[in-house]
Amino acid sequence: MVNFNDVNYLPWLIPLAPLLAFAIIALLTNRSRLVPATSHEYGGHHPDYDGMLVPVVAPWSRVLSIVVGMSGVTAAWLMSLVVFFQGINTSKLGFEDHIFASSRNWLATGVDAFRIGIMVDPLTVVMLFMVPLAVMCIFIYSIGYMAHDPRQARFFALISLFAGAMLTLVVADNLLLLFVGWEVMGLCSYLLIGFWYEKKSAYRAAIKAFTTTRVADVIMLLGIVYLYSMTGTLSFRDILYNHEVLDMLAGTPALIVGSWGISAAGLIGVFLIIGTIGKSAQFPLHVWLPDAMEGPTPVSAMIHAAAMVSAGIYAIIRMYPLFEAGGHPHSGEFTLPLLLMAVVGAFTALFAATIALTQNDVKKVLAYSTISQLGFMMAALGIGAYIAAFFHLITHAFFKALLFMASGSVIHAMEHGEHHLHEEHDHDEHGEHAHDDHHTHDAHDSHDSHDAHDHHETAGEPIDRDEVDEPAHPHFDPQDMRNMGGLIRNIPVTAWTFIIGGISLAGFPLLTAGFWSKDEILADAWFVWSETSSVVHVFVFTMLVMAAFLTAFYTARQLSMTFLGNHRTEEASHAGLGGPRNVVSITMQLPLVILAFFAIVAGFVGVPPDFPIFGSIFAPEGNPFFNFVKYSLLTEMQPPKPPFNAFPVLMSFLVALGGLYLGWRMYGRNPLKAGEPDPMTKILSPSVYRLLQNKYYIDELYVAIFIKPAKWFSKNVVVVFIDKGIIDGTIHLIARVFTWIGDLFKVLNLWLIDGVGDGIPQGIAKFGVWFKRIQTGQVQQYMLLVLVAILLMGLIFVVSAGFFQLS
Amino acid sequence: MSFTFPVLTAIIFIPIVAAVIILFMNPKQRDLIRGTALSTALVLLGLSAFVYFSYNGEVNRAGGLLESQEELVVNGGDLVASQMFKDGLRFEEKYNWVDTLGISYHVAVDGLNAPMVLLTGMVAVAGVLISWRIEDRIREFMAFFLLLVAGVYGVFVAVDLFLLFFFYELAIFPMYLLIAGWGWVKLREYAAMKLTLYILIGSVIAFVGAIAMVITANSFFNTEAGAAVFAQAQQSGLLSTTAPKFSFDIIQLTVAAEAGAFNALGYFGVETLTFATFWFPLIFIGFAVLAGVFPFHNWSPDGHVAAPTAVSMIHAGVLMKLGAYAALRTGVQLMPEGAQAHLPWIVFLTLVNVVYGAFIAFRQRDFKYVIGFSSVSHMGLVSMGWASMNVIGMTGAGLQMFSHGAMTALFFGCVGMVYDRAHTRDIPSLGGFIKKMPWVGFAFIIGGLASMGMPGLSGFIAEFPIFMGMWAASDSVTLQIGGFTLSNYYSIMVIIAALAIVITAAYVLRVTSQVFFGEFDAEKYPEVGDIAITDRVILLLLGIPLILVGMMPFLMAPMVQAGVNPVVAMLGGL
Repeated sequence: MVNFNDVNYLPWLIPLAPLLAFAIIALLTNRSRLVPATSHEYGGHHPDYDGMLVPVVAPWSRVLSIVVGMSGVTAAWLMSLVVFFQGINTSKLGFEDHIFASSRNWLATGVDAFRIGIMVDPLTVVMLFMVPLAVMCIFIYSIGYMAHDPRQARFFALISLFAGAMLTLVVADNLLLLFVGWEVMGLCSYLLIGFWYEKKSAYRAAIKAFTTTRVADVIMLLGIVYLYSMTGTLSFRDILYNHEVLDMLAGTPALIVGSWGISAAGLIGVFLIIGTIGKSAQFPLHVWLPDAMEGPTPVSAMIHAAAMVSAGIYAIIRMYPLFEAGGHPHSGEFTLPLLLMAVVGAFTALFAATIALTQNDVKKVLAYSTISQLGFMMAALGIGAYIAAFFHLITHAFFKALLFMASGSVIHAMEHGEHHLHEEHDHDEHGEHAHDDHHTHDAHDSHDSHDAHDHHETAGEPIDRDEVDEPAHPHFDPQDMRNMGGLIRNIPVTAWTFIIGGISLAGFPLLTAGFWSKDEILADAWFVWSETSSVVHVFVFTMLVMAAFLTAFYTARQLSMTFLGNHRTEEASHAGLGGPRNVVSITMQLPLVILAFFAIVAGFVGVPPDFPIFGSIFAPEGNPFFNFVKYSLLTEMQPPKPPFNAFPVLMSFLVALGGLYLGWRMYGRNPLKAGEPDPMTKILSPSVYRLLQNKYYIDELYVAIFIKPAKWFSKNVVVVFIDKGIIDGTIHLIARVFTWIGDLFKVLNLWLIDGVGDGIPQGIAKFGVWFKRIQTGQVQQYMLLVLVAILLMGLIFVVSAGFFQLS
Repeated sequence: MSFTFPVLTAIIFIPIVAAVIILFMNPKQRDLIRGTALSTALVLLGLSAFVYFSYNGEVNRAGGLLESQEELVVNGGDLVASQMFKDGLRFEEKYNWVDTLGISYHVAVDGLNAPMVLLTGMVAVAGVLISWRIEDRIREFMAFFLLLVAGVYGVFVAVDLFLLFFFYELAIFPMYLLIAGWGWVKLREYAAMKLTLYILIGSVIAFVGAIAMVITANSFFNTEAGAAVFAQAQQSGLLSTTAPKFSFDIIQLTVAAEAGAFNALGYFGVETLTFATFWFPLIFIGFAVLAGVFPFHNWSPDGHVAAPTAVSMIHAGVLMKLGAYAALRTGVQLMPEGAQAHLPWIVFLTLVNVVYGAFIAFRQRDFKYVIGFSSVSHMGLVSMGWASMNVIGMTGAGLQMFSHGAMTALFFGCVGMVYDRAHTRDIPSLGGFIKKMPWVGFAFIIGGLASMGMPGLSGFIAEFPIFMGMWAASDSVTLQIGGFTLSNYYSIMVIIAALAIVITAAYVLRVTSQVFFGEFDAEKYPEVGDIAITDRVILLLLGIPLILVGMMPFLMAPMVQAGVNPVVAMLGGL
């Protein structure tokens, strides 16, 4: 029996709450009816619906679904808080001392059964603080963001499932259950990225995301299968906290590749890491993540921050002793999985950051920055900075969820501005007669929040607007930063929270969470390098410092282009969330404020104790985060705490402030004018080059050393050559080869096998002709035939059996 | 003993009786015919569910079947596997039939066939419902359909080899007539002939093997050692005291096999040959033809495409499992040494099935061919599970039989519903159907997710143990071809088979997006609308078990495990 007072049972209920919400919404409250797409009940996110009946959620269904979804996630959050406080009040919560755990049989096969169970160790406790909080913010935000989508009920069902899957993964006590959550999240990402499935680009992106991650997942599944066949269990406790098992895995040569000196642990580790490379969008499987922007913005926040990509890193952190088995990164001894992580992570961090420099889409910049930041964590794990990577995972989740939702808010405001503009034109230029042609428009004349969603219904009119205002922009893109500018005056709350998230991402020193976590990774790398002069550590250190610099730069660029300067378009000057006090405005900005708070303070739990001044304030008894989380590993596996060293901290200061300053220099101090090209393109022309050379010698040097090569590299080498050329090319090639093999098989099938198979039927064609003649439709004849056949068989049998018996 | 209702006999004979009654009805009274067929199918489903859940209770209760099996293994003994098999049988009915030939009417369920019985009941109801609007000779159609169902039930529950063959052939003839008479005009006669020939040839070879097996067992029991075993088996209650030595009874043959009757060297005068090593491939593949084993799979996609929807459903959903089930029951269980000698190479055929089927499905334009080839691919996994020869892998294969049965019947149901309204199966010319047929769209997605092994659906809890079992068997299986020894290759097969799962995901998503997503052309498909209530019942009936078994595998996995335990014990794996 489940005893609800026992804390061991509470974690069971945490994922169940959103899963139950999913079931209730999907089965009971998601009720819709069909109306013509032109009806104004239909919010009109997409013009593709025209001319057909579309399902519209009944108002009661919409409200009820929101209530159910919110209740599920709120319940999960409250229960998580209980577990969280219980956890942090338990001194030395860990495997050796206390652990909340329970499990039961799930899939019985053979002697052992696969058990599903839950387990709460320090990692889980920390995740249970972050995930439900971020998810809840996303839910609140979705109330406003999806307020006029005709399928809002379904949306809440799916994100509830998403949240439930993520929480399942977090509390899982074995790899099988973790994989279940992992896959269900993949499914949810597929359904949510393709949420607006009428759009070709949306379902294409959904398929791309699903298949790319699926390739990695299947390889991960092989790792799980291999691990199980070696150990006979998938429970974390039995594998990861058991020296004998780990030593056995590290000592056994791997299947097939064992002769190359790879141990079973190494091969299993590589398989599992490939799973993470797919899920956490690391090079070379990162291609799906930027496309995943096709989904609604809350989904982007879910995928990029709270759930999906974090799950990949979390899985590695969870399984860490397995990857470490047989090596010791802190003395410079690497195992194959660690090396793979370090190289892939460090490369991805820099690679994605360079791409982010050149993006103009407000969400795309953030997408590449996510890839880059996950690379940081991956690289940190590769060099043994286990706790630092986990710390960065947590802080990143807060500020990235914030950034995505803030960007969604910006986009929403721009759409509102665009719509507002149409309205004015309607009144100014068309006068009364225009209304005859635009019935649907009339309904929206009131300037309520509703209007923000209706821009597509007025899509029939942009010709008017274009002729008058903006011949340069026939299709207005509300996500393009070049169309923005000066938005801080329109949407101050969004802008300030966005800026807080941005500087946290950039690692603005001392104040922000991003600084403390990023600094810890660099300090770890630096410390081990100085101790052992390990080449991998110095490689990782260098790559990450460069990536950190670029991060700060593109963040400054983004903040400047979006919020600073003057409105570059008419739309931007009319942007807004429909006044200060309405549902959309409140639900879309409240979560930003909550997350902004954590984007600042979450860092102070991980201040190193020997850090000047701050150490004595925030960590008088040692780094609290470090001291809590380290008990998720066995004592002898716990990483050493690097002593304070000024060099990596100075580097952190330098790259963060330098990048931000440089970005501000280029985009904030001299804001872009409407229609003006990106200054970096100008840099490439001689006149601007001279101007810069004369005025800012140091800037020019940076441009020559960093920006121009980085820009050129990211544009010409990374995007065009590697991303589009090699990776997409390879995928296309594989697709083509598969197609070709399929065709070959098809032909083979037709000629070779059917050829042989057909020989016999042709031989019996005469029988067929005869048979056709007796197919008179008389059932009695058929029945007779069947009976005769059976009798005949029986007779043959009796005779032959009798014959055999006699002989 | 009080009178017990002969449930299995009822399950077999109710459809036969109903078929005869329907044949005597007035063909114009369509509703009466439909109603009779449906109520028959519903009764069957009810009885099947009763059998299934009673058996499930037997397995799961404390001190139930699994525990007593464990006890048997611990205690050891000479005829443990046979004892285990006999103990696992429930709802047993045995009547003498042809005494002199050792043929009896012996039916029972165990953990392996109980899920199949349930599946047959589900597909029977779904098949009658989806044929609701057939106008052409509905009386004959329903009668043959019920006859087919009776044959399928008979094969699953038979514990007598002769009975098994009897029902096997009984199932094939109505199948031929249904495809040839009601199928897709362009292909039906060709496909029906192809199917019947493939299956008949396979089963005839297996039948000859079965007769040889009975004779060999008889001569074994007549030797001194054999007589002792026979007496011992009679004593321990394994065999009845009146049992003849010449018998088709599977329990008796299992006893013979366990005592080594089929294991004597020098069969046919060849030094190294035994009965088992000679006959195993013939019997196993003879039956596996019906499971679509490569290169004898080609009857199946053509047959599926040509058949009317109801027949495709029962064909892919249940009939193919008949082959896999019979191959296990007669092949692996009765000739374990043969299995150990031959499955290590037969597994290559199953791997080809898995990969090749997926690739071809990926390139098909015809909606029904996609599903047809996906069946070939998925049934390959069942045979592959048998080839793992351990509890995990075989349990997975048993689950895969159920999972694939429900899933593929669901698929064919969806295809049929789309085809009925769009009148084309050409994938690129369809699109946006989810808007008009949301139920079908969601059901297809659920089936698709199950087929690509999504956790939470039955496909995962079937495929995952198969891979586990194959990998775990990797160390113990070696294959010798001439002087060349291949070892540890099962794990590589798992890797290749697992990558085929990715292709499965690719073609399922491709079909889903092209048929159900995107733009809907209202002018081209004016008749497409939402489905009728009967269709919804079909989708629910087949879709819900996929979810239930996937979420709560303990509803089925322990039962299947109890079913494969005796087989694994025969293989010496417990």
